[in-house]
Amino acid sequence: MEPAIISIPATEEIKPPITGIGVIGWVRKNLFTGKFNTLLTLLILFAIVKTVPPIIRWAFVDSLWSSQSQACKEAAGACWSVVTNNIRFILFGFYPYDQQWRPIAAIALLVGFIIYSHNRRRWNTKLLIAWPLGLAAMGIIMYGGIFSLPEVETEKWSGISLTLLLAIFGLSAAYPLGVLLALGRRSRLPAIKALSVVYIELIRGVPLISMLFMASVMLPLFLPEGITINKILRAQVAIILFTAAYIAEVVRGGLQAIPRGQYEAAEALGLSYYQKMRLIVLPQALKTVIPPTVSILISAFKDTSLVVIIGLFDLLKTTHVTLSNPDWMGFSNEAYLFTSLIYFVGCFFMSNFSRRLETQLKT
Amino acid sequence: MNDKIASPEKSSDSPIIQIIDMHKWFGDFHVLNDINLSVNKGERIVICGPSGSGKSTLIRCINRLEEHQRGRIIVDNIELTNDIKNVEKIRAEVGMVFQHFNLFPHLTILENLTLGPIWVRKTSRAQAEEMAMYYLEKVHIAEQAKKYPGQLSGGQQQRVAIARSLCMKPKVMLFDEPTSALDPEMVKEVLDVMIQLAQEGMTMLVVSHEMGFARSVAHRVLFMDFGQILEQNTPQDFFSNPQHERSKLFLSQILH
Repeated sequence: MEPAIISIPATEEIKPPITGIGVIGWVRKNLFTGKFNTLLTLLILFAIVKTVPPIIRWAFVDSLWSSQSQACKEAAGACWSVVTNNIRFILFGFYPYDQQWRPIAAIALLVGFIIYSHNRRRWNTKLLIAWPLGLAAMGIIMYGGIFSLPEVETEKWSGISLTLLLAIFGLSAAYPLGVLLALGRRSRLPAIKALSVVYIELIRGVPLISMLFMASVMLPLFLPEGITINKILRAQVAIILFTAAYIAEVVRGGLQAIPRGQYEAAEALGLSYYQKMRLIVLPQALKTVIPPTVSILISAFKDTSLVVIIGLFDLLKTTHVTLSNPDWMGFSNEAYLFTSLIYFVGCFFMSNFSRRLETQLKT
Repeated sequence: MNDKIASPEKSSDSPIIQIIDMHKWFGDFHVLNDINLSVNKGERIVICGPSGSGKSTLIRCINRLEEHQRGRIIVDNIELTNDIKNVEKIRAEVGMVFQHFNLFPHLTILENLTLGPIWVRKTSRAQAEEMAMYYLEKVHIAEQAKKYPGQLSGGQQQRVAIARSLCMKPKVMLFDEPTSALDPEMVKEVLDVMIQLAQEGMTMLVVSHEMGFARSVAHRVLFMDFGQILEQNTPQDFFSNPQHERSKLFLSQILH
């Protein structure tokens, strides 16, 4: 068959109208389409003009950065001195003052690990082995007792080190446990399925605060005399168990979204259950549930601050304690803004990372 | 279509699949009713029949994607029971091609093909990749090895799916309506691959309404309805002289 030749009549190239492109075009299209949008744009502009300059003046122009508390009380702007003067207590709490280079070193090591692992191309078996070793090294730096480092009891670990400890171990243990629970809930074996369902529903029906409370107050009552479990460990386990239940439900949603044909094709090749799950089902399911999973991880990160109710001094609590000092009472805005900033950096990193991961994994 | 292999050369006499008095129900619905079938090595069977007649379920029972409830199924001298090890062994020997291809979308074409050999057959990666490229050449699609399934057309995906099964060096190939989900212009490229496979002597069970294909490669055509095998015959006799009322009606409807 002869290919049909379609000729396009030559015409002069016509440019779009000048008001439709460039800056003017963008502004017209996005800010001033129709009366209602124009009104909204103007209202928002008005609000920005009214609020932003005073905030900038308060935070940066009239603010004090390293004064004593007396000067702060007379200043019109923000008193960032509450943070700068107490920074070491806010960040490291009761960790011995002259040893505070150790949490700094541990956190620097952690940040180094995270930055290195940020790139997915570096993920390999070596890195997988390096992580637990790195975490153990951080633990040794913090706890000491060897290499002529004085021992620092875990009771004294506080501030950001405690927050990061609870978050890193909490999230990285809750995730695999949650995946196992999700698989358990979809299992054909009735006992495993029933256990998973009961576990998930029970945990999800209880607030985290009450779990922390049970772990710290009730659990010791049931333990035989003489046996004590570290307080931080108990809180840590409560956070892990709690978060895992939520992860499990999100992952279950992902598992259900995988078409039956994928399971069948994997089975038809002769793959075993574990191979099928590991190679075919989970990679697809976990990828589709990245956004809700990260939401849970982010909220779990922030929920670590609930450990205050069992008397652990995490970042939020050390901030709170700083503010109970008569010198610095009344500067809670500044102190909590600083704490929020730290939480924000952590959360923003997680959501940013997850978005990158999503685009990298897109096929 | 290629008519040269229309005359069914005699296949060898040792049965590789034996189905004896097999029944299956979906709830109360009797989807397979007293199936008896013996398939010899090298034999090619096309199964046709109206939708809901149980033909897909029948071939899905052979690699236990569906469980039969009565009777026996013996594949390659292994009986299908609840013993998952036996089931996995049989599945490794029985390739299956699905209506909707079911390629793994998160893996490249090459990875789709090497997955089975590496994890089930424990072949080395290099060897598995070499074999994968061989079969991709065979289905005329080697240049797509590094792409993902979503980047391929339906016909190409189905050819990849066939190659994926072949990489396991199966003794039997099951085809579950392999061309039904394809655009008409892509049916031929898939059928050509299947014909080529038939010429090489593969044992094939094909659920299909491609009567031209049945005529040119099948040794036997089975006609199913109401969960039963109502008629089986050579393609010539089946198409020119159907015995059963239902097959006559069915043929008149699909052959116009």
